[in-house]
Amino acid sequence: MEVSFNLNGEKVKCKINPTISLLELLREEMGLTGTKPGCNEGECGACTVLIDGISVNACLYPAINIHGKELVTIEGLVTAEGKLDEVQQAMVKHGAVQCGFCTSGMVMNIKAMQRNLEHAHHVPGENIRVQPDRKNIMKWLEGNLCRCTGYVKIIDAAEEVLNKNKI
Amino acid sequence: MAKKNLKIIGTPVPKHDAKIRVTGEAVYGHDIKLPGMLYGAILRTEHPHATFTIDVSAAKKLPGVICVITADDVDTNNISYKRDHPILKKEEVNCIRDEIAAVAAETKEIAEKALKLIKVKYKIKKGIYEPLDALKSGAPLINKFSSGKFEHKNIAEKFYYEHGNIEEQRKKSMVVVKRTFTLPRMTHACLGTSNITAHYNKTTGKLLLYSSTQVPFLYQRDMAHALKMNPSDIRIIQPVIGGGFGSKLDMYPFEPICALLSIKTGRPVQILYSRHEEFLASPTRQPMTIEIEAGADKDGNFTFRDVNVIKDNGAYTSWGATTPFVIMQAFSSLYTLPACRFSATAIYTNNVFAGSFRGYGNPQATFALERVIDLLADKLGMDKAQIRIKNANRPGETTGQGLFFETCGHQDCLQTVIKKAGKKRKSENNRYRRGMGYASMIHVGGGAKIYRSDGCGTTIKIDPYGYCTIISGSNEIGQGSETVLAMIAAEELGISLDKIKVINTDTDIKPWDVGVHASRTSFVAGNSLLGAIRILKEKLNLKAGELLQEKSTSFNYEDGFIKTKSKQIALDKVVREMHFTLPNELAIASYFYEPSSQFQDKGFKGNVSGTYAFASQAIEVEVDTYTGNVRVLTVHVAQDVGKVLNPLLLDGQIHGGVLQGVGYALTEELIFKEGYLLNPNFHNYKLLTAADTPDIHFYPVETHDKQGPYGAKGVGEAPLIPTAAAIANAVCDALQIEMLELPITPERVLVALKNKNNK
Repeated sequence: MEVSFNLNGEKVKCKINPTISLLELLREEMGLTGTKPGCNEGECGACTVLIDGISVNACLYPAINIHGKELVTIEGLVTAEGKLDEVQQAMVKHGAVQCGFCTSGMVMNIKAMQRNLEHAHHVPGENIRVQPDRKNIMKWLEGNLCRCTGYVKIIDAAEEVLNKNKI
Repeated sequence: MAKKNLKIIGTPVPKHDAKIRVTGEAVYGHDIKLPGMLYGAILRTEHPHATFTIDVSAAKKLPGVICVITADDVDTNNISYKRDHPILKKEEVNCIRDEIAAVAAETKEIAEKALKLIKVKYKIKKGIYEPLDALKSGAPLINKFSSGKFEHKNIAEKFYYEHGNIEEQRKKSMVVVKRTFTLPRMTHACLGTSNITAHYNKTTGKLLLYSSTQVPFLYQRDMAHALKMNPSDIRIIQPVIGGGFGSKLDMYPFEPICALLSIKTGRPVQILYSRHEEFLASPTRQPMTIEIEAGADKDGNFTFRDVNVIKDNGAYTSWGATTPFVIMQAFSSLYTLPACRFSATAIYTNNVFAGSFRGYGNPQATFALERVIDLLADKLGMDKAQIRIKNANRPGETTGQGLFFETCGHQDCLQTVIKKAGKKRKSENNRYRRGMGYASMIHVGGGAKIYRSDGCGTTIKIDPYGYCTIISGSNEIGQGSETVLAMIAAEELGISLDKIKVINTDTDIKPWDVGVHASRTSFVAGNSLLGAIRILKEKLNLKAGELLQEKSTSFNYEDGFIKTKSKQIALDKVVREMHFTLPNELAIASYFYEPSSQFQDKGFKGNVSGTYAFASQAIEVEVDTYTGNVRVLTVHVAQDVGKVLNPLLLDGQIHGGVLQGVGYALTEELIFKEGYLLNPNFHNYKLLTAADTPDIHFYPVETHDKQGPYGAKGVGEAPLIPTAAAIANAVCDALQIEMLELPITPERVLVALKNKNNK
């Protein structure tokens, strides 16, 4: 069957097998391998993407449900000129990347928190704005496992970005 | 001799390869897709111990299946450290990981379907799951390839070591403590699961492997032995690796299996582990029991340690069987000790086999040793900090085992964490109890001479545009070694970091290196690079002198120029002149660095590393006496790193190591029942999350070891080694209980409290 959706700012249409996950669609069909397969059971967060601004484990998300939605993956964060997103920049600067396998998912989930901060009050059903203090950041990132960094630098990077434009 | 006034070394340079990893552009093994590639899948046994018959005919008929293999279809040698591990098992299985067939198919789905069509009839046999049961009379032979060189055929490996006079020291002891500790199976849980892509070319007879091994040159040799090939016909390319931590030190059956599928089909074949398979079939830390008796005299001086370790070897022998090399170092040499006796026995069972894991036996040893030190202090009525400071190692010490500490930051480390941690905060009420625990560690900090060479080769070149390429034998597994090498070249050659490239992923190109292990890469590869730079500079200096009409050969390399006090010439110009004018030379140099360490003798004595790292941790915990839950509040880490090469990356090693140590202490355990794995997923194997991260305070101690690059020592394994020990000591301090095993789960805490109250 055919789905059409917005992928990283561009309208796309594709024919898919209705049984595949969004992770499979991205990695196997579309060649977008930046989203990582860590467990395929929704436990590790390595495959986190943004669907209509909310972080989702792509491995648990049926690809057909993406129809009509707005999807942002790690590939969508770098500008056309090759400039890194501010979350990516902060991750590099703070030394928050070691093996890097969890990094895409971490970045996307920090983006989700940033978006929550900016837009929570506009979104029905998502009207709780989470304050970007250290404790809330740690809680927010709970669904993204990392084996290398001990999380400290990732939390540092998130804290810097999320508090940059404090209202 | 490396430079003295440093501009780049010691600064927080972000990871050289961070940008490609933060954008999703890095190509891991999971991301490789070759033209015509098939997908491989492995059928594993359903039972830990059984005989079986197998029928693959239905699987072979499934459209899209290109190849099915069992033990009958291949002609291979056994793999593993003891060559006691058949790649595909024939007629009998001995542990729940055992591979009995493999499939290559056009898609993953077809491959998985084909596995389901393979008919296996098992005749279940009673297995042996406790090591000591395997030594009972009448116990069956577990591994028929056992060397049989020990007193019992089910013994896979033995170690014996001693120094000093135990009996004399026992007499001098005012207090003696004896305990037996039990350590669990922890697994690496790398975020990127195990993977390999094999591409055999039938016309050339050459095999190309995209592999995430940590030790490509040893792997090449092991693979060649397994497949009965010439090692040089096998080329290993390492894609970006999604976590190592020691798990990729051994070669596992899935790797030659993938190669065999490619050899049989003549097409590229890829095998990717699922997370379930990763928990089931990738290695673990060694489970063991450690029986230790230790003494101290009336003044608190340590007198002796008598240690007996029983290791569950599992059904086959991995590098993990050799962890007593490291375990005995902790017992013989951590804190000054007049006498030590140590024996370790690895015994075959029908459990899964362990591999190597960051720390290589040392976290287990340090847990047992540091627990016993607290018990000795209690018995003597001595302060737990003071007894450690009193016995701490000192610079200039040669231990009973022959380890020589030219530099030693043990005293500094201890004093730093004790002072910074201060007194434990008062428990708020009876429910929540606070405790403080201390622990130290010693680990090799300058490689470990356990192979014929502990060396690393480097080739360095500068191109006519002034860019530098480092071709290093060492490899990057996420720890940041590429960055450190680039920093060294930038420092010494005055070339900016963005003009330095590191090539380190291809065995056809790079010079030999033992591999990533023993916290050795910055030390050994760094020294190797410095050696290559020295040779290269001799050539550059000659040409620069000629061009500048300068007799002196003492030049400064700065900002892309080669300078004297009054003259300068651009580095790229010197290189062009070297290339294009007589005698037409390349700006290239190679060097092989071998650490000054020695092989140990048969009694395991000798100075096995170029230098030694020390660390101490002081950890404060809060225990909920109602639920048994332990919360780690603050971790103070002081580590003798020799010299900080890059504080940003160093912090990353410390934080990551500490959190792995907290997991080892509190939550992580693969649970087996009669050889079956009960928790092969992240839901039931508890990895710590961002919400569990304690406050970690790190204080580097710089001892400037002259053996190390700029004085640096190895750092990678040390941060997790003392963590579980310090946490256990803190929990015992909080509740005045005994803790003889890890992980310290809420249940174990409550049981210990109950036992205490019943006394």
